[in-house]
Amino acid sequence: MNVSDFDMITRILRERSGLVLSKDKAYLIESRLNPVARKWQFKNFDDLASALRLGNDEKLLRDVTEAMTTNESFFFRDSKPFDQFKAIVLPHLINARASKRSFRIWSAACSSGQEPYSLAMILKEAGASLSGWRIEIVATDLSTEILQKAQEGAYSQFEVQRGLPIEYLVKYFKQEGERWMIDPSIRQMVTYKTFNLLEDPMALGTFDVVFLRNVLIYFDQPTKSQVLAGIARNMPADGFLYLGGAETVLGISDSFQLIPGQRGIYGLIPSGAAAAKSAVG
Amino acid sequence: MKTCLVVDDSRVVRMVARKILEGLSMKVVEAEDGQQALDRCDESMPDAVLLDWNMPVMSGIEFLRALRSKADVTQPIVVFCTTENDMAHIQEAISSGANEYIMKPFDSEIIESKFSQVGLL
Ligand SMILES: C[S@@+](CC[C@H](N)C(=O)[O-])C[C@H]1O[C@@H](n2cnc3c(N)ncnc32)[C@H](O)[C@@H]1O
Repeated sequence: MNVSDFDMITRILRERSGLVLSKDKAYLIESRLNPVARKWQFKNFDDLASALRLGNDEKLLRDVTEAMTTNESFFFRDSKPFDQFKAIVLPHLINARASKRSFRIWSAACSSGQEPYSLAMILKEAGASLSGWRIEIVATDLSTEILQKAQEGAYSQFEVQRGLPIEYLVKYFKQEGERWMIDPSIRQMVTYKTFNLLEDPMALGTFDVVFLRNVLIYFDQPTKSQVLAGIARNMPADGFLYLGGAETVLGISDSFQLIPGQRGIYGLIPSGAAAAKSAVG
Repeated sequence: MKTCLVVDDSRVVRMVARKILEGLSMKVVEAEDGQQALDRCDESMPDAVLLDWNMPVMSGIEFLRALRSKADVTQPIVVFCTTENDMAHIQEAISSGANEYIMKPFDSEIIESKFSQVGLL
């Protein structure tokens, strides 16, 4: 790939998804876009590049953008954040939202659904303490293709063995040939929507808990700041923000700070931290 | 260092499992069938057992039931690792006292994920 193609494609990706790729990732562009070139029946990568340069085929641009995202996800990824959700976030919300008996969770780059379904299973397990509550889990992603998979709730044997406790597999999945289907009662707890994190999340409403995991890493600093600012604006003072294991708010956002003693969960400054302290006791 | 007893009638599987588990800083002991596994447990109870289902002499599930019926021992964590990949087998394993269940083929990621879920890592 020549330099001008590289520049043109990375500009498209940056504008459309926030993805930032350095020069050493040029190989990644070719390896992920070659299948797109074949699907669109271009003779080779160069022909795909020429079509992109015209920039007038929205569907092609979207395909290219989606092909470049990394969709890897696991159930209960890194386990600790979900333990903390059970031990700290949920008890706080049950307490603090007792009068309105409702709260909203956003899985903001949900990929194939493992993250929102993990949360749904935790809520289901909480059973009686949440009976009569209205809890919304909104799960969004840029990629419509991956959202389709999420919505279907069908996973391979490999996928259900990464992070999912065996009791949950037995309780919440049904085997259909090679695939493991998530139980409709769990699937129905999650609402899927296409949403680009580069847009203002105001239209989605406010969220008490936001899972924004393993997606900021792909963005540049200004984009990270912008995304976090949008989330902060649409969160109550005692809301909770989750980032991925390799992500931080340090130097990116003045709105959030780590909840004391809880690696990986952030609260709004200053009242978010105060609320969490009262939840921890 | 925690000890894991690998029970499988296939030498290749035992070897692969040993490599992975040693990579996770576990000490590995091997057995070829359920009876041998019970003997190993009588000599010295491991912290964990990685257990195949179908084996000559004594199957994994028979071994598990015999193991769980032993009183006055510190019970190890038992993780099945088998080609039996249907819900009925999984349920039978859990109700017989298995802590986790791996469906073959497995790789180091699955072993690591399952072992850390049950608190072995
Ligand atoms: C590695 S996955 C993370 C999945 C899950 N949150 C987790 O931690 O396992 C990253 C996801 O971010 C999505 N993504 C990338 N850029 C995005 C954007 N600008 N807006 C919304 N989603 C985006 C990708 O489509 C992909 O599904």
